[in-house]
Amino acid sequence: MSKPLKKYWPLFVLPTMAAFVIGFIVPFVYGVFLSFCKFTTVTDWKLVGIRNYTRIFFVNGKLDTTFIHSLWYTCLFTVVTVLIINVVAFFIALALTKGIKGTNIFRTSFFLPNLIGGIILSYIWLMIFNAILAKYSKTIVSTQWTAFWGLVVVVCWQQIGYMMIIYVAGLQNISADLLEAAKIDGANNWQLMKGVIIPMLRPTIATCTFLTLTNGFKLFDQNFALTGGNPGKMSQLLALNIYDTMYGTTGWQGVGQAKAVIFFILVAIIALIQNKLTTRKEVEA
Amino acid sequence: MAQANTMKVKKPKENEVSAARKSKHGTALTVFFSVLSFVWILPILIVILNSFKRKAYIFKNPFGISNVSLSQGAERWRAGIHKTFVGLTNYATAIEKTDFFRCFGYSVFITVVSVALIVLLCSMTAWYIIRVKNAATKTVYLLCMFSMIVPFQMVMFTLSKFANILHLSNPVGICVVYLGFGAGLAIFMFTGFVKQIPIELEEAAMIDGATPVQCYFQVILPVMKPTLITVAILDAMWIWNDYLLPSLVLNVNKYKTIQIAVQYLKQSHGQVDWGAMMAVLVLAIIPIVIFYMAVQKYIIEGVVAGAVKG
Repeated sequence: MSKPLKKYWPLFVLPTMAAFVIGFIVPFVYGVFLSFCKFTTVTDWKLVGIRNYTRIFFVNGKLDTTFIHSLWYTCLFTVVTVLIINVVAFFIALALTKGIKGTNIFRTSFFLPNLIGGIILSYIWLMIFNAILAKYSKTIVSTQWTAFWGLVVVVCWQQIGYMMIIYVAGLQNISADLLEAAKIDGANNWQLMKGVIIPMLRPTIATCTFLTLTNGFKLFDQNFALTGGNPGKMSQLLALNIYDTMYGTTGWQGVGQAKAVIFFILVAIIALIQNKLTTRKEVEA
Repeated sequence: MAQANTMKVKKPKENEVSAARKSKHGTALTVFFSVLSFVWILPILIVILNSFKRKAYIFKNPFGISNVSLSQGAERWRAGIHKTFVGLTNYATAIEKTDFFRCFGYSVFITVVSVALIVLLCSMTAWYIIRVKNAATKTVYLLCMFSMIVPFQMVMFTLSKFANILHLSNPVGICVVYLGFGAGLAIFMFTGFVKQIPIELEEAAMIDGATPVQCYFQVILPVMKPTLITVAILDAMWIWNDYLLPSLVLNVNKYKTIQIAVQYLKQSHGQVDWGAMMAVLVLAIIPIVIFYMAVQKYIIEGVVAGAVKG
């Protein structure tokens, strides 16, 4: 196969690679380069060394905590959503694999929010939150914590259905004979869960945890539409903070690009940890 | 893939056993989940309800149907309902303000063309780089892996500027951008599948005198159908709902997708028209629900297969 196929690369590889170079390679390499430059567009760059990186943390010799704030705000947000989404999705999945009446309808409605884009579902919730909070003369962006929990609700509402589907698949994959055998041996529900279901489900749990982890860490649309980073810049997650630095103030594009490089490194570290952990788990199983 | 198939086989058996044993328990659960899934879609129902209301009443009385409480007499309550609802006015305003059907057209065009390009071209590339093993194809594969971990913020500025320079800031050009940015994940998933295709299949076709192109379209493509559907579903969900990339790449004065139109309706001059906003949200959700009902099975399978691979 490989010999006659080999000379067909202009058809099989070239179109994809041309787009890949335009859509990824060049923007990525140039993006790294520009993080060391002062620029307003891609053609007027001037090398400035690591000044963009220091300007993330220090402005005119004074400490600027905006980025650090959005970093820990993002971490907290990610931890909270990972926990809630996975725990709730797991228990819903557990109940919906027991063969109760209406299972299909329930699954359909839990999954539905996931298909609606981040912008649209944020405005659905913005209306509902503000309608409720108006009774207490508040809005969703009254404090960074109303904004925080607002974002948590929207993201959980969106992702629980998605993770539920994956958990359902994982649960259905556990052999019924194994469960039956454990029951005959007299295992109660708790022992069944701890001794059979959770261990068998470990790869699924790992998958869902990392999916929700990266989703939380990279969240943009919901943050942009629901809170816009308000009040002040207090509810900016990292992605929105980068966007705001880049497009919000002229002369800060370089700093925005430098933040993006740091953001990329953080996301890459998460991905590498995931890779390490999941490969090891698979070997164990 | 193999995993997904075994799942389907096991499902009915497990259900029978549990259902028989726990019918009493099951009824309570059914009631509980009926309530829960109603609450789950309640936000959407409230938006639908409010989309028919006069805009002044959306925030004054978001969850009710009349601005007068029933305790003040049925007559006044009924009059209140009349006052609250305005029929399709909000829809007319929303369609006019956002030029909704035009945006819908752009969204459909961009999603369909981008997904078609990704699925066709990336599966071809995946087959090539698995069957022709050399340093170049290995590099391509590694670059694709690498691109999967790069967040969009990293390339958003440069990508949108280059797209501008290369005249890709239109609904046709953005499909090229999507192909480039989506290639990594697609090639990763396709190569995972191609590795499992027995090479004898292709060799047989070649002995019969098929060219590689014929071999690809007549032998490989049909075998890859499940993965093609998975990638198509995942990418369609991504592209249809994507806001940031098109808002930066497209010339938004001329071309708006639905997501961009919704955002512009919100941030446009002065007071937000929440009546029109509710209507446009409903209009944006309707096609998604229809699509979901039509191909629900594939979406669910696609999500599961995507998670197992990714």
